Amino acid sequence: MEGCVAPVTDDVFVEGTRHAPRVAETSEGAQEMAPRPETDDAELRREVGAVLRMAEGPVVNANDIDIERRDDETMIINMGPQHPSTHGVLRLMLELDGETVLRTKPVIGYLHTGMEKTAEELTYVQGATNVTRMDYLSPLTNELVFSMATEALLDVEVPPRAVWIRMLMSELQRVSSHLMWMATNGMDLGSTSMMIYGFREREMVLTFFEKTTGLRMNHNYIRPGGVAADLPDGWEDDVEVICETVLARSFEYDELLTGQPIFRQRTEGIGNLSAEEALALSATGPILRSTGVPWDLRRTMPYLAYDELDFDIIVGTYGDNFDRYSIRLNEIRESIKMIRQIAARMPPGDYRIQDRKVTPPPRARIDESMEALIHHFKIFTEGFKVPEGEVYVAIESPRGELGCYLVSDGSSKPYRMHIRGPSFVNLQTVPVLLRGGLIADAVAIISSVDPVMGEVDR
Amino acid sequence: MGFLDGVKDELSFLGGFKLTFEHLTRPRVTRQYPEEKKPKQPRQHGRHVLNRYEDGMEKCIGCELCAGVCPADCIYVRGLDNPPDHPVSPGERYGYVYEINYLRCIHCDLCVEACPTEAITESKLFEFSFTNRADAIYTKAELLVDDAGKPQKLPWEDWRDADELHTSGWMRATSPSGSAAYEGEVQWSAELGYGVRPPEGGQSGRRDDAATGTKALRDVLETHLLDEDIPLDHRGMRGRIWRGKLSAERHKKQLEAARQRHKEAKATRAADKTTTRGADKTSEDAVDEASTAPAGPEVDS
Repeated sequence: MEGCVAPVTDDVFVEGTRHAPRVAETSEGAQEMAPRPETDDAELRREVGAVLRMAEGPVVNANDIDIERRDDETMIINMGPQHPSTHGVLRLMLELDGETVLRTKPVIGYLHTGMEKTAEELTYVQGATNVTRMDYLSPLTNELVFSMATEALLDVEVPPRAVWIRMLMSELQRVSSHLMWMATNGMDLGSTSMMIYGFREREMVLTFFEKTTGLRMNHNYIRPGGVAADLPDGWEDDVEVICETVLARSFEYDELLTGQPIFRQRTEGIGNLSAEEALALSATGPILRSTGVPWDLRRTMPYLAYDELDFDIIVGTYGDNFDRYSIRLNEIRESIKMIRQIAARMPPGDYRIQDRKVTPPPRARIDESMEALIHHFKIFTEGFKVPEGEVYVAIESPRGELGCYLVSDGSSKPYRMHIRGPSFVNLQTVPVLLRGGLIADAVAIISSVDPVMGEVDR
Repeated sequence: MGFLDGVKDELSFLGGFKLTFEHLTRPRVTRQYPEEKKPKQPRQHGRHVLNRYEDGMEKCIGCELCAGVCPADCIYVRGLDNPPDHPVSPGERYGYVYEINYLRCIHCDLCVEACPTEAITESKLFEFSFTNRADAIYTKAELLVDDAGKPQKLPWEDWRDADELHTSGWMRATSPSGSAAYEGEVQWSAELGYGVRPPEGGQSGRRDDAATGTKALRDVLETHLLDEDIPLDHRGMRGRIWRGKLSAERHKKQLEAARQRHKEAKATRAADKTTTRGADKTSEDAVDEASTAPAGPEVDS
């Protein structure tokens, strides 16, 4: 605890109430929120605003920090980890003054599965089966970032069809993930119909994934070197059906939610975030874009072939819940626009690199060639060796910047893999978004951040 | 005018009600799950099967490649040299022990891609549950297809029509390994009971949905579609009648199946009774009968 308190450099906050931070000895150790009078200015400031990577001035108003409030005036409420609206096993400690939320401490780790460590035990061939489980609402983007990092280390170029299949699948994944978000957000705000409709449309995308990859989630489809299988027969029509249905239904959502006075009252002006705060907290994805910053890795740092597509980046203005809602709704439409372009321009050819040191030979070759058989055996037992080095690759997942930092020691297993999960980083904005709001809005705000706990804890 | 606009604003929430009420006229999307299931696509991953060649020989050669590639460590294989007088597989060795632990299996189907002889492939069955851990470990006796080439239907598995028809779809889909030149080509050996399976068309343009079992999303998700995409006969009142007929047919079939089961159960019970009675006569019960014979009423018989 002492180590993580930012040093106070500004004299304004020194007077009066500097206490040494106290670590409460509980089963969860330092995770306890210290009593208010014993919370020193620096820590309180840290909780109030985003002061880690920018000057305090523009973010924190000294008058806003209210050191004087005593412990017996506030109440600490524990929300989660089993609360149905915390979207998984997120635990929030909310300090309340009446109905108003003062400080919030997100407590994570309830879904920790050690996937980064597991990755060190699996070869690059097996690795995609592991990483796909992190962000379980968009498994294909997890596989994509892992595969791209591996390919960057291998220094190989993926054939164009594989690139475009990957784009098609990740845009469909974005549609399905945002639809799922629309559904759960609708439910959190009391619109059960939206929940049903969102799942209904998502089912179409999942059925297409099932047809293509054989599984509805955790596909193991995008792999180092390309994709596992070609698109199934009749995919053009399937994709078109998804596009036209979801697009038409997205206008129904407009009718159901966007124009509704009750929905607007529950989202407009709730959970405000400024662009400075969002940047200082490293927020990415719809949260950052809702504050008006046009930061989308598909445009700002193009990967795959996104620079060849025509699409808009949706940005908001106020950084409130409604902005985040409308960004996601419009991103569904943008993604559909992109999917149509991709389907029209899908190039023919190989969809995996034909390098026998990285991908297995076609099945017909196994019976014909001893060399092919040996390659087949080598790849499925030992895997392929990746040159020494380290690399960081980032893509735009539905939740923000999803990064994979991969270190190789020259063997067939990663020496270290670290994932920069957008949900984890975006979770930092929750205390800022909740501060000063009502406890009734807490559910709406958590939902608008869209954390996936599988990715937060990994 | 301003007043009317105000009223319009106040009543704007009615649009939402209009939408939800509109849904009363649309086809129902929900399926009555355990009775009615979504059609399965050929690539779907499910419970594994161990295949045999058309002459009845086992395809597994005990190379342990599946066990080696499994990220979940759920496969255990031990190979053994083929007995020369009655070989089990055409190769030198065969899979003597083959076990899959379904509590660990993640159905990634890397084993299917790894198998050099297409011995292990997958059926479309995914609804199987166990009451103890031992049942979750499938041994070779349970995985191996029967003499007709069909997967074994174990009592705790929920097999439906066509679940076993399109086995090994994922193997066929991944067999070109990314090479467009190998798409649409048969790269696998024949299977007992099915012969040589047709390939997916892919980019080769040779496409045969009837043979491969590929289903279009328009057919699988008919009730999800927009109104204009649903065939005229399946919409509105006519659609209701059509669906009613379908479900009546289904119920009839279920009823008949239940009757049949009941009849069979009755017959087996009766058969059991007669056999046990027959056995009684010859086994130790006969001794009991003899010892109590003076008091029994059936002495005369």
